[in-house]
Amino acid sequence: MFDLVAFIPRAVMQGMPLLFGCTGETISEKAGSLNLGIPGVMYVGGICGVIGSFLYEQACEGPLNPFLAIFIPMASCLMGSLLMGLLFSVLTVTLRANQNVVGLAMTTFGVGFGNFFGGSLIKLTGGAVPSIALSETSRFFSKHLAIADSLGWFGKIFLSYGFLTYLAIAIAIITAYVLKKTRTGLQLRAVGENPATADAAGINVNKYKYCAICIGCMIAGLGGLFYVMDYASGVWSNDAFGDRGWLAIALVIFTLWKPNFAIFGAIIFGGLYILHLFLPSGNMAVKELYKMLPYIVTIIVLIFTSVRKRREDQPPESLGLPYFREDR
Amino acid sequence: MRDITKVFGTVKANNKVNLDIYRGEILSLLGENGSGKTTLMNMLSGIYYPDGGEVYINGELAAIHSPKEAFGYGIGMIHQHFKLVDVFTATENIILGLKEEGKLDLKKAAEKIRQICDTYGFDIDPDQKIYNMSVSQKQTVEIVKVLYRGADILILDEPTAVLTPQETEKLFAVLRNMKAAGKTVVIITHKLHEVMAISDRVAVLRKGEFVGEMITAETNEQEMTNMMVGRVVSLNIDRPEPVDPKPRIKIENLTVKSQDGILKLDDVSFTANSGEILGIAGISGCGQKELLEAIAGLQPVENGTIKYIDNDGEADELIGKDPLQIAAMGVALSFVPEDRLGMGLVGNMDLTDNMMLRSFRKGKSVFTDRKTPKALAERVVDELEVSTSSLSTPVRKLSGGNVQKVLVGREIASAPTVLLSAYAVRGLDINSSYTIYDLLNQQKKKGVAVVYVGEDLDVLMELSDRILVLCGGKVSGIVDGRTADKNQIGLMMTKLGGGADNE
Amino acid sequence: MSKVNKEPLLHITKRKELPMKQTWMIRIGAIIAALIVCAIVTMLLTGLDPFSVFGTMIYGALGTERKAIILFKELAMLLSVALALTPAFKMKFWNLGGEGQILMGAWATALCMIYMGDKIPGFLLIIICLVAAIICGAIWAMIPAFFKAKWNTNETLFTLMMNYVAIQLVAYFIILWEVPKGSGKVGIINQTTQAGWLPYIGTNSYILVIIFVAIITAGMYIYLKYSKHGYEISVVGESQRTASYVGIKVDKVIIRTLLLSGAICGFTGWMMVSGVDHTITTTLAGGRGFLGIMVSWLAQFNVIAMVFASLLIVFLGQGAGEISTNFGLNESFADIITGIILFFIIGCEFFINYKVHVRKKSGKEEA
Repeated sequence: MFDLVAFIPRAVMQGMPLLFGCTGETISEKAGSLNLGIPGVMYVGGICGVIGSFLYEQACEGPLNPFLAIFIPMASCLMGSLLMGLLFSVLTVTLRANQNVVGLAMTTFGVGFGNFFGGSLIKLTGGAVPSIALSETSRFFSKHLAIADSLGWFGKIFLSYGFLTYLAIAIAIITAYVLKKTRTGLQLRAVGENPATADAAGINVNKYKYCAICIGCMIAGLGGLFYVMDYASGVWSNDAFGDRGWLAIALVIFTLWKPNFAIFGAIIFGGLYILHLFLPSGNMAVKELYKMLPYIVTIIVLIFTSVRKRREDQPPESLGLPYFREDR
Repeated sequence: MRDITKVFGTVKANNKVNLDIYRGEILSLLGENGSGKTTLMNMLSGIYYPDGGEVYINGELAAIHSPKEAFGYGIGMIHQHFKLVDVFTATENIILGLKEEGKLDLKKAAEKIRQICDTYGFDIDPDQKIYNMSVSQKQTVEIVKVLYRGADILILDEPTAVLTPQETEKLFAVLRNMKAAGKTVVIITHKLHEVMAISDRVAVLRKGEFVGEMITAETNEQEMTNMMVGRVVSLNIDRPEPVDPKPRIKIENLTVKSQDGILKLDDVSFTANSGEILGIAGISGCGQKELLEAIAGLQPVENGTIKYIDNDGEADELIGKDPLQIAAMGVALSFVPEDRLGMGLVGNMDLTDNMMLRSFRKGKSVFTDRKTPKALAERVVDELEVSTSSLSTPVRKLSGGNVQKVLVGREIASAPTVLLSAYAVRGLDINSSYTIYDLLNQQKKKGVAVVYVGEDLDVLMELSDRILVLCGGKVSGIVDGRTADKNQIGLMMTKLGGGADNE
Repeated sequence: MSKVNKEPLLHITKRKELPMKQTWMIRIGAIIAALIVCAIVTMLLTGLDPFSVFGTMIYGALGTERKAIILFKELAMLLSVALALTPAFKMKFWNLGGEGQILMGAWATALCMIYMGDKIPGFLLIIICLVAAIICGAIWAMIPAFFKAKWNTNETLFTLMMNYVAIQLVAYFIILWEVPKGSGKVGIINQTTQAGWLPYIGTNSYILVIIFVAIITAGMYIYLKYSKHGYEISVVGESQRTASYVGIKVDKVIIRTLLLSGAICGFTGWMMVSGVDHTITTTLAGGRGFLGIMVSWLAQFNVIAMVFASLLIVFLGQGAGEISTNFGLNESFADIITGIILFFIIGCEFFINYKVHVRKKSGKEEA
């Protein structure tokens, strides 16, 4: 018997880091910047949150102040990812370096950064704890409404999450709205589709690209924070975040650059990731094949859209290309 | 506009042009290709800034640095190349970049657009996506975009070049409506009957200089042609007698459509003979490129036949074959395309490597032979006086004339029997141009069938043995190069057959 | 003029071409700047003075014979991947799938070693492994190439996704093959029989691996520079229109080049399993598929420059590894150092390709 009530909350928990990453990447791609540094950014976001919270927990004697316990990791996570975003923008927009190369370098750097501080933080700060376990802070992040427990399956499926889950969904909805319905969104999309036209219409192409990349990175960074603080209960272990960053990029394609679809897409991907736990299987190995599904599905979507050539489903037209006005 | 001068490099695109545009009129700006019409108007719309002279609007001195500032003065220009985002709707494109107060209200904007459409008689759906639109609809969107921004002066750069006659009629009706609403319209064109049909006044440019203006009602096509093409200039280009002309390429009923389904060549038939130069005249974009590419095996063909006839009189069909297959048939076909660095040569490669483009497959070895192309490169540099620092210089660093010499040098090196060339002297200085004419004549003397697509009628008339005139993808007529009359060709370019009643 | 002419302070134009010497000056300058930043970062984290930072790094990379040979083995591995990706790259095909293509080669090797280890004589087994690895790597690269050639499917994203399909596939087989059961590891394959292992020269096969890569390097240099295929690749990469104008079949060249690219990646995977690790893990490729792209890019597709770019990156990696071991820091320190170097070199390309003019108030320009 398939236990849907137990399955969905776990799928959601798996999906939320992807949703953050996907929304962030979508914003960046809509402005024409293929940021392959997102996996690195998510690591940096996560570890910066950890560092902030670790230092606070170490410095704090007695119980943590709930506001600071949430604010400090959030702020350091956003700062860290913003700096990564700035790095990408300066290199690709101002210095016109190739986006793929910069992105991959950022992922190398970001993953290394995360693992390095994850593995060396205690030593560097001379702390006296055996491992990074921020269970105190994590409790504030994963706290859900008390009412959820009394509402049976409804509470479990819809209300049993920490606030970052709702934030992720809210950000995705807001992003979808902004992209689709506002002037800013329209101009952002124009920049990603045809920067020369946008430029001729008096839109500051570079400004839009900078903003989109930086905001995108900050949102993606929150995905890393969610993973450590909520999903992993505040325990940082190296490489545990795994390839979720790439999965987030796959999700962007899967959802055809639409953040509102991504909410469901993220939960589906999350579900595929843990599906093996819920299916009767004598063979442990099969779970690895289930984990392959999101990528296979993405490839199929990619092929399907390119064969079908429906214009709305294509990547933004100038995706990956630098813009230099005098090239026209 | 007073004493407007604009210089590009060493070319004076506009030289002390004075032009007056009155409110509420339709003015035609007439001139041949390269006479500086577009450059002049680009300075009004803020794309370029004049190197000399002044612009007055409503009597006040105006400095226009950007299209945005031009809008500030109520000037909007519709370029030949549309600036539209394909996946957006018409409305989204039209309001793009506007800084209006309040939140984005596409419905309200669409409403306003419908109003504009109703006022002037446009026929577009504001909610339609651009990529679903025909060229004329896209053009309409561009016009509405300008009107939406409240422009009083509209400049249209060869708006009819991409339109069918019916669409042109529609456009003209709209332009008349605009005039009635008090707007000023400037239309850049080189089609005489359009000038007659639409404009109140006509101003003529020739070689960057202002030649004169007339009230349309008081002039006729003959007079305008005279002003536009000027007197026949003697260029002293050699024209040896054709050598034993025999049919070499025979084209019948050739019809070609572009990728987006627009008819580019319509039922074209002609024969190119060996040992003569066949000139092809026509307004730019009326099928020359497609014609040459179809012969070279680069352009899918809808209908018709292209037969290559060898010395023994045997005919082979070229349609449906790619360049490699054509070469494998033993047809020595050379092609000097219009886009030298984007198609004919590879800009980042050096001279030797570019010489190899045609010949690198020769031989069974898996390795390329660089000795022969190097020798060829040396020979071309030597014989055609290409100025380059070395054979290992990337060709994109050479000047336009030298690039062309390299390209032509390579193409004639393979001892072709057919030589196709498109705008072979465009952008070249006088000396380089004469080098190219000489080369073409040498080929002709060797019995090659040379097809020369050109834009300068003077050159065409002195170089070609016969001139094929294209008009809107159709053959307007074939005239003898020795006896041709320049005005007659000019008329044929703009009107099928050139006669007044022939349309 | 009635209006103040508002020109931006900085004006950027494309450079025509910079003399070779100046180009290298800029690059070396960037590397030095990056090294200084790396030294500062290391100082802050370890308290070492800059000289001992570099001292330790050099020791870590070349200090002992063993360290030196490991350095060269790592160099060979990275270089091999970079070489594999270069032809595709030169054709402007973004093969981000090196990671997956290596893994598929490694997987095929491990498969043959495990299932045929006791059935087929040693030398023949090595050849079978090699052929299987090359075929698997090539197929993995050909799939996205096929879709790119036929429907212009975005190859950057496609090849990227193929990596993770490969990783999961390998993860599946690792659990099937794990020794002992439940460990999640394959362990050393054929430890006792050494079937399918490359022969040792001294105490390992590293020298053999280095020789193989040297051969590939020379081969790739000749292929790209002197062969007809290499010439076609350059033409397609520079301009597809020119390519079809002279009758080169672009589709065919794309698929053929990617087959080669994948085959060399597969070969690299074979070397890793058969010659170096004798086991298979999902992290076998260790990010070299991505690092190789950067090496190829930094070297501007120049095979000789690629040797030095790989050397720089491997040297820093090994050196930083030594520092992290000495100070009990995490080994990922090397990634951070690599990242910093990459950012500097990537950034400096701008100053090679573009010229920045500072506008003076008089409106005159100065370089």
